[in-house]
Amino acid sequence: MASSDAEPGFRERLSKLAGIKSLRGTKLPAELERLQRQLDRLTEEETEEEVWERVLLARDEDRPYTLDYVARIFGEFFELHGDRGRDDDSAIVAGLGTLDGKTVALIGQQKGRDLKERVARNFGMAYPEGYRKAMRVMELADRHSFPVLTLVDTPGAYPGVAAEQHGQGGAIARSQAVMARLGVPTVAVVIGEGGSGGAVALALADKVLMQENAMYSVISPEGCASILWRDASQAQKAAAAFKPDAAHCLELEVIDGIVPEPAGGAHTDHDLAAELLREAVTSAFAELEHVSPDDLRRARRAKFRAMGVLA
Amino acid sequence: MSSTPQGIDVSIEDKRVVAEQPPAKGHPNTCPGCGSHYRDDELVKHLRMCPHCGHHFPVRALERIAQLLDEGTFIEECADLRSADPLGFFDLRPYVERLAEAETSTGLGDAMVTGGGRIEGSACRLAVMDFAFMGGSMGSVVGEKFARACESATAAGVPLVSIAASGGARMQEGILALMQLPKTVCAVDELHDAGCALISVMTHPTTGGLLASFASLGDVLLAEPGALMSFAGPRVVQQTTKEKLPEDFGRAEQNLRFGHIDAIVPRGELRPTIARLLRLFGSCGQL
Repeated sequence: MASSDAEPGFRERLSKLAGIKSLRGTKLPAELERLQRQLDRLTEEETEEEVWERVLLARDEDRPYTLDYVARIFGEFFELHGDRGRDDDSAIVAGLGTLDGKTVALIGQQKGRDLKERVARNFGMAYPEGYRKAMRVMELADRHSFPVLTLVDTPGAYPGVAAEQHGQGGAIARSQAVMARLGVPTVAVVIGEGGSGGAVALALADKVLMQENAMYSVISPEGCASILWRDASQAQKAAAAFKPDAAHCLELEVIDGIVPEPAGGAHTDHDLAAELLREAVTSAFAELEHVSPDDLRRARRAKFRAMGVLA
Repeated sequence: MSSTPQGIDVSIEDKRVVAEQPPAKGHPNTCPGCGSHYRDDELVKHLRMCPHCGHHFPVRALERIAQLLDEGTFIEECADLRSADPLGFFDLRPYVERLAEAETSTGLGDAMVTGGGRIEGSACRLAVMDFAFMGGSMGSVVGEKFARACESATAAGVPLVSIAASGGARMQEGILALMQLPKTVCAVDELHDAGCALISVMTHPTTGGLLASFASLGDVLLAEPGALMSFAGPRVVQQTTKEKLPEDFGRAEQNLRFGHIDAIVPRGELRPTIARLLRLFGSCGQL
């Protein structure tokens, strides 16, 4: 369905993609290949089915999760547990690890690999306790000047009675407020599903990246369909309407860069996916390395302050 | 389009749920609590509370401002901001059509009115939401207006009073609507760094993205009686968990019991309560 009027818009987008600073230094062939795939996508107005395939890719059960990356990109790693209040929420993993020899604080959402682990991790849907664990680890990082890396991968914050009673909305708001105050470099990468408030709670970062096949959205396609179309089975239509893919998020200036994945998707080669992620993350941190805490805060807040489109 | 907005059931999304309960009596001036029916001027006189049972009816933004502020002190700011349609969003109807219709039916440019004024003599800035405009959903304009209200309060060295009434983020603006959460959070952090207070009042309903952003970040959090304040709405929770919901699920009363808000303030006491807080916080950083 290539249309010729899509062409100029695409050229503009492509040049934008090529200019992403945080991708400089990544391997050229991978980069070219990725741009080629991007070209194929953007020259054609995507069909609903194509958008939906990417949603499925972002949710693929074999896609690497936070702990798969932790095992591959960190040298030493020590996991930190508990929110120091009432619980340890295993939907969010936190810890200290070494990245290129330097200590970094990691916070990431973790889905489970098999049914037992999925239940234990609550399918990557955190309770307020999970966000409180994240906040206390961010504050720890701030005290010791450790950069913070967050890996976002959640269908959303858990919608349950206890989660509401324990203050889900307030926890998500405060987690963002803590991130807005940090004086250390922060990088967030959406590695799978960036579902709504539960995702943005960990993504108020200096650099927000998305993996090529990740999605980042205001609501799940199913949720959107059941509200606007009054029919959850219209999820494909909803997904096509709100454009949750990385290329569109970059175009809307919601994210700062796209992290390439192995051809076919991150699930086809965890080691290569991790290597590409490590390169993108280290080059993003390198850009932030010598910025003062005040300047980091100022630039971070100014970036989010500018988001949105007015008539 | 807006009548008694009960049964809000969203996580982070626009909710234009036309009241599904009470089932039979849909008229907006009929009390869902006791069935009493009022003329509009009677409700206005009683601050839109049922004189019989105390039920709090929804209040439109300009009427709320009239209830709270000293007469003649309100000066509106940023009234000219309008939403764009960055995604070319089309569900059953185009977003631009929904926007135009909302503007015509409410007379407002978007779901928030901001400006400055005085409450019992104390100067403040206000950010008041209007549920009648697309369920009070937060898109780029609401986020921008709130951020500018923070900046205006900072410049004047006065507290900001926020009155929330919203189903959450506006789905029609996609990811940009979600980005209004971090945007407003950053604005509150800047306001706080400047030494100014945020007094946040949550009215029925304050759910989803509102609860997960600036509405929860007030130095003092107040709620109106019975206001639904949950991140996920009752229907979503029920569908997801199959749990039986407590009767006051997500209501202001439950939030007070669990320590999430400072006080429940009936509408009749809201003006003197905010005035007292404004006096206690004083003019921030200035005499």
